Amino acid sequence: MSIQKKSIVLPLLALVALQACGKDGTDSKTTAGDMAQPAAAEQSEPKMSGGAVAQSGRDYVYIVGSSTVYPFATVVAERFGRGSEFKTPKIESTGSGGGLKLFCDGVGVDHPDVTNSSRAIKQSEVDTCAENGVTEIVEVKIGYDGIVLANALAADSVELSRADIYLALAKEVPGEAEGELIENPFETWSDVNPALPDSQIEVLGPPPTSGTRDAFVELAMEGGCKSVDWIAALKKTDKNRYKAICHTIREDGAFVEAGENDNLIVQKLEANPNAFGIFGFSFLDQNKEKVKGALVDGVAPTFDAIAAGDYPVSRPLFFYVKKAHVDVIPGLRGYLREFTSERTWGEEGYLSERGLIPMPDKERREVAAAVRDLTPLSMVIE
Amino acid sequence: MGNKLTTSEIVAAGLARRRRKETTFRLLGILATAVGVLFLGVFFATLIAKGASAFKQTFVQLEITLDAEVIAPGGEIDLEYADFDGLVRTALRSRFPDAKSRADRRELYRLISVGAGYQLRDLVASNPDLIGAKQSLWVPASSDVDMLLKGNIDASVEEALRTMSDKQIAWVESLENSGEIRSEFNDALFGNGDSRDPELAGIKGAVMGSFYMLLVTIALSFPIGVAAAIYLEEFAPKNRWSDLIEVNINNLAAVPSIVFGLLGLAVFINWMSLPRSAPVVGGLVLTLLTLPVIIIASRASIQAVPPSIREAALGLGASSTQVVFHHVLPLAMPGMLTGAIIGMSRALGESAPLLMIGMVAFIVDVPGGFTDPATALPVQIYLWADSPERAFAERTSAAIIVLLGFLLLMNLAAVIIRKRMERKW
Repeated sequence: MSIQKKSIVLPLLALVALQACGKDGTDSKTTAGDMAQPAAAEQSEPKMSGGAVAQSGRDYVYIVGSSTVYPFATVVAERFGRGSEFKTPKIESTGSGGGLKLFCDGVGVDHPDVTNSSRAIKQSEVDTCAENGVTEIVEVKIGYDGIVLANALAADSVELSRADIYLALAKEVPGEAEGELIENPFETWSDVNPALPDSQIEVLGPPPTSGTRDAFVELAMEGGCKSVDWIAALKKTDKNRYKAICHTIREDGAFVEAGENDNLIVQKLEANPNAFGIFGFSFLDQNKEKVKGALVDGVAPTFDAIAAGDYPVSRPLFFYVKKAHVDVIPGLRGYLREFTSERTWGEEGYLSERGLIPMPDKERREVAAAVRDLTPLSMVIE
Repeated sequence: MGNKLTTSEIVAAGLARRRRKETTFRLLGILATAVGVLFLGVFFATLIAKGASAFKQTFVQLEITLDAEVIAPGGEIDLEYADFDGLVRTALRSRFPDAKSRADRRELYRLISVGAGYQLRDLVASNPDLIGAKQSLWVPASSDVDMLLKGNIDASVEEALRTMSDKQIAWVESLENSGEIRSEFNDALFGNGDSRDPELAGIKGAVMGSFYMLLVTIALSFPIGVAAAIYLEEFAPKNRWSDLIEVNINNLAAVPSIVFGLLGLAVFINWMSLPRSAPVVGGLVLTLLTLPVIIIASRASIQAVPPSIREAALGLGASSTQVVFHHVLPLAMPGMLTGAIIGMSRALGESAPLLMIGMVAFIVDVPGGFTDPATALPVQIYLWADSPERAFAERTSAAIIVLLGFLLLMNLAAVIIRKRMERKW
């Protein structure tokens, strides 16, 4: 008797599988109906026929890209989704480079409509895009983000110059003689600059795949690196070597790659008062009772200082839109309007509460107008 | 006999040493278990200490006038563009008339979640007769207020160092004293999809995503796994090829899960052009992941069926197919089901392969089918753990508790099935 009971299980599972397939089929039908692009053939088992899904289109905006822009883009997407008749856009956090790669893969519903980026698009990426038929790209600058070097609230406040940052973190630093490079010998901050505390150099920062790391290296490290005259002169003569000197972070343990999880860095800073962490301003803003930002070149990383352009380690944030997708993908134009409206990115917009530093009024108006007219990017070849 | 010892003397001489060894070994065993239990205890204690508060959410009572001018200008109800947030703000201003300056008012508005506006809209949509009336409503407080009342914002530190100002704290205290603030079960956590506002964020979207994925996984991996196991055990000739297959299956079970994600990206998305972020693709990838587990468990339970059963059936004239389906399979089924459930609970906890196929995404709408964009429970945990807003920390722990609850249920089911249905020979 017990054997009979057991043998029921297998057909039961098969039934579940059948229902699953049936439900699947009806579902893809309803979405296909709303679509701007016609669905060719309906099939009840999309698992087996990828083509049907690919042709059935999409009724939501598909966004990829930077993990730095992600916290801002998601807020806009959510407000847009709740406030409009359209579905909420889907946002994947892929990193700036990964996002642009997906974005440039082609035009069509399988490819993202928008990619977020914590740096400007590169010429090589524009070329890849063009090769794959993505010719008209609209660039939207959304505001600024400051990169802070923070330590625990209990630790001493420090004031760094960009040169200090470079000397403390570069793999190789200039030696006594001009043109000579030596392996970074500095172990404590006071070795770098006697005015700094006598504690071990220990900095937690993002990995090389991160846009935050790129920007930190370019703005803080290179900024300090340039202050050495002979290195600055190299920029004109040997650009590669200049970059190698200025952009290479030491690998002897003073700089620790802490992954992309900024909350984790904040926790580690609390536990270790000697350590510094590198992350975006929004994390400092949310954790200001735990950590504090170091002054860079005499300027504290505050909302106002970054907005005014006084804080040296700040960078613009962008997203890029495929012009060919606007008015084809339902909701894309609405999302653009939501993002570029005053209540979103303005001085008192809801993104500023999340730590995005707004652009000046004039710049906002210009970008908003360019987005309205969908003025495509014209990349000047350097 | 001279100085030669008798056997019992040799035994007696070594007895103390042997007993000592035995005690030491037992002590070490107890110690090892205790360390394990301790780690588990610390893990659960911190999780529950951090996450328990997320199951409660703070609500604020407001007297809101559903102004017809605002909701239905010109007589037509305009749900999409009506300023429901404005109605909430008006109510807040009349509750706290002392907030006069622009800056003060901005601070005041931050006490209430943006969810209040959505709640009003839904209320009006479901009951348009209320327009024009004054309603006393409990609306969700902002996550800052929630964190303050849960003790996660320290009001005693300097004002500049906390996310709430002295004024905001005074307003919250005034609401508290008049009983206009209360803590309720956090429905949103179980009823909503993801959100960037912690007080509105929920795990329903992720749970449904995981559910659809597991449905695809079990529907594919169980029949395929069992069929493969039966063939390999009962029918396949034992030669070099079947050995090779066996080695490969055992290898596959140990392959890091991210590799299956890469495979899924290449095959299902790039080659078969299935949609990214869809549970159907997640389910296919997890099928690849669980197949080896199910095959190995199923083969083990087929092997455990005594040969005498097969021989008896064959002796009575059953064909080999009849032997398998009438006798071996039913007897091996409890073991196979246990293997399948353990495979499923492994699949439920996976996040690495889903990274590659676009399921690490911000998705607000709860998925309603196999091709809708979705995330999974472990991915949701990962995304929340990386959010800057403070209140997501406790929600991360709460989501982990829920995930552990599901895993516990599944593993418990596996144990019960084994205990109930297993036959000892």
